[in-house]
Amino acid sequence: MNAKGGKTARQRLNIGAVRSKFSPWNDPSAEPLVRFEGVVKRFDDHVAVDGVSLAIYPGEFFALLGPSGCGKTTLMRLLAGFETPDEGRITLAGQDLAGQPPHRRPVNMMFQSYALFPHLSVAQNIAFGLKQENLPKGEIEARVQQMLKLVKLEPLARRKPHQLSGGQKQRVALARSLAKQPKMLLLDEPLGALDKKLREETQFELMDIQQELNTTFLMVTHDQEEAMVLADRIAVMRDGKIAQLGRPEELYETPADRYVAEFLGDVNLFEAKVASLSHPMAGIVIPETTQPLQVWDDDAPAAGSTVWLAVRPEKLRISLDPPPKGAVNVLAGEIWDIGYTGDWTNYVVELEGGKLIRAARANASRVVERPIGWDDKVWVSFDPDAGVVLTR
Amino acid sequence: MRKGPTPFNIAAITAGLVFLYLPIAALVLYSFNASRLVTVWGGFSTRWYESLFANEALMGAAWVTVRVGLISATAATILGTLAAVALARGGRFGGRTLFSGLVYAPMVMPEVILGLSLLLLFVALRIDRGFWTVVIAHSTCTLAYVAVVVHARLVTFDRSLEEAAQDLGCPPIRTFLTVTLPNIAPAVAAGWMLAFTLSLDDLVVASFASGPGATTLPMRIYSQVRLGVSPEINAASTLLIAAVATAVLIYAIVGKWRRVKELRSEAGAGRRAAA
Repeated sequence: MNAKGGKTARQRLNIGAVRSKFSPWNDPSAEPLVRFEGVVKRFDDHVAVDGVSLAIYPGEFFALLGPSGCGKTTLMRLLAGFETPDEGRITLAGQDLAGQPPHRRPVNMMFQSYALFPHLSVAQNIAFGLKQENLPKGEIEARVQQMLKLVKLEPLARRKPHQLSGGQKQRVALARSLAKQPKMLLLDEPLGALDKKLREETQFELMDIQQELNTTFLMVTHDQEEAMVLADRIAVMRDGKIAQLGRPEELYETPADRYVAEFLGDVNLFEAKVASLSHPMAGIVIPETTQPLQVWDDDAPAAGSTVWLAVRPEKLRISLDPPPKGAVNVLAGEIWDIGYTGDWTNYVVELEGGKLIRAARANASRVVERPIGWDDKVWVSFDPDAGVVLTR
Repeated sequence: MRKGPTPFNIAAITAGLVFLYLPIAALVLYSFNASRLVTVWGGFSTRWYESLFANEALMGAAWVTVRVGLISATAATILGTLAAVALARGGRFGGRTLFSGLVYAPMVMPEVILGLSLLLLFVALRIDRGFWTVVIAHSTCTLAYVAVVVHARLVTFDRSLEEAAQDLGCPPIRTFLTVTLPNIAPAVAAGWMLAFTLSLDDLVVASFASGPGATTLPMRIYSQVRLGVSPEINAASTLLIAAVATAVLIYAIVGKWRRVKELRSEAGAGRRAAA
């Protein structure tokens, strides 16, 4: 994170800490599996989905992320066939899905409530979809066994759903929706009902299963961590529209607006003005300090524009010593509050003028030479490439 | 805090129970009366039961009543369940409010008016009144009760179960038969029993809709009572009460047994999951 010098030679920044080879959305010859084209869905006067267009590629793990009521579940139900769009169209593998009832669509859904059939055993639940295809009995049994093995539930095959724990129910629901080998699996808040520990374990299992079967997954969730861990790409939704679409790192490090920045993780926002602009470095003025801040942003608007400066708490450095002369992006303040979570320590700092900001420090070692305490005078600083300029 | 009921509570409960059950207790007691006179106790005897089983008119009426009850309860259950499904799952189709009003109207309509209107209908359509007109009349009157019971169950029934079935490739009608029906079966059975009981003790509607050769037990009892109360009637009524009480008891016991079994297996699953 050496900010000064040398960097001007680089044109674009590498965003995020993850390098992934899988990116069919950047390949113009790749054919999407699912395409939403200007889809609108109204319930009475409420517009649940407001002109959504997006493409999901084969093998992708795609997440729709947003608060409740943002239209993400409706979008998924439109694809499953439980709702019909008022405008626009949805295609699957090039075929228009309009007029196709849910039981003819080659997608399967894992319901938030799991929706296991209470009168059927685990094995019968998994076999339900296969029986609808009138497959021979032996083949159904073989497939059920294969699914039970996939979700590690072989010993429980004859149990009824009410005899299972929450995590086991979740696995049965997953096995049942995968048994028909759908072109696409829809997951409605798949881990929402599990406790934290189980959720983390299941996240990685879900990723393994997706890799193993190479099925396209579409997940709806309100949990940003779940979406970031699992998904190749995320569409953040707001009021029926897509606020931003991209890889998790892109959304987190280059949010399109304040809504996305605040929805994903913690962020410090400063109301600011662009004072000078010499691409790619922008001089930013905020009321909390007289010194102009240096921010590396390729897309900053012209000088004089009103903008917001966003800096994530973990990208702020906190120090008890005043910075050396000539250091950039330094804010002076006093410790207001401290939250210790074990892996991180979160400091709330009151800047001159009363604004509270958050700085997070990873507890990289057990021993600290000079611990920071309440009411200590501190200096908070950040590198030019740590901040993002937002225009909305 | 006070423990147990107050003297006033006990008095009120006793008075209420006496008010409700004293007539029935007297009826049961006098069915074992050896004397012919209803008001005079002549010692214990089962002779009225013997003469009841020998009374072909009463036995025939009882058989008609049972057949009417079985057929009309079954018809009412099928139609009432379908009506409940339309109301609970049909969304907001045109005339939904009118339809629900029409389905539930027979519950609040005076029986005399229902019977009279059915009689007028049968006369206007020149249908000979008899066994089947009573069946039709009873199906019409009891359908509403079945619809209420089944509708109440459907409203609390997790709809995503039906969606899951369709999502797995099951067409709507098969979904209803293989997923919805097995899960609402207790409500449907309760509706059937309600319809059967209502049909069993109906006098008013049956009197209007019935014709020659289709006299139900309540009609027969009523007409006999007009000629003077015979202890045979007491015996018949006692048997009727016994039958209804047994059915209610079985229903309650089965329900409780199932709940206990379910709780046990749930507790077992909880223990296993924890272990």
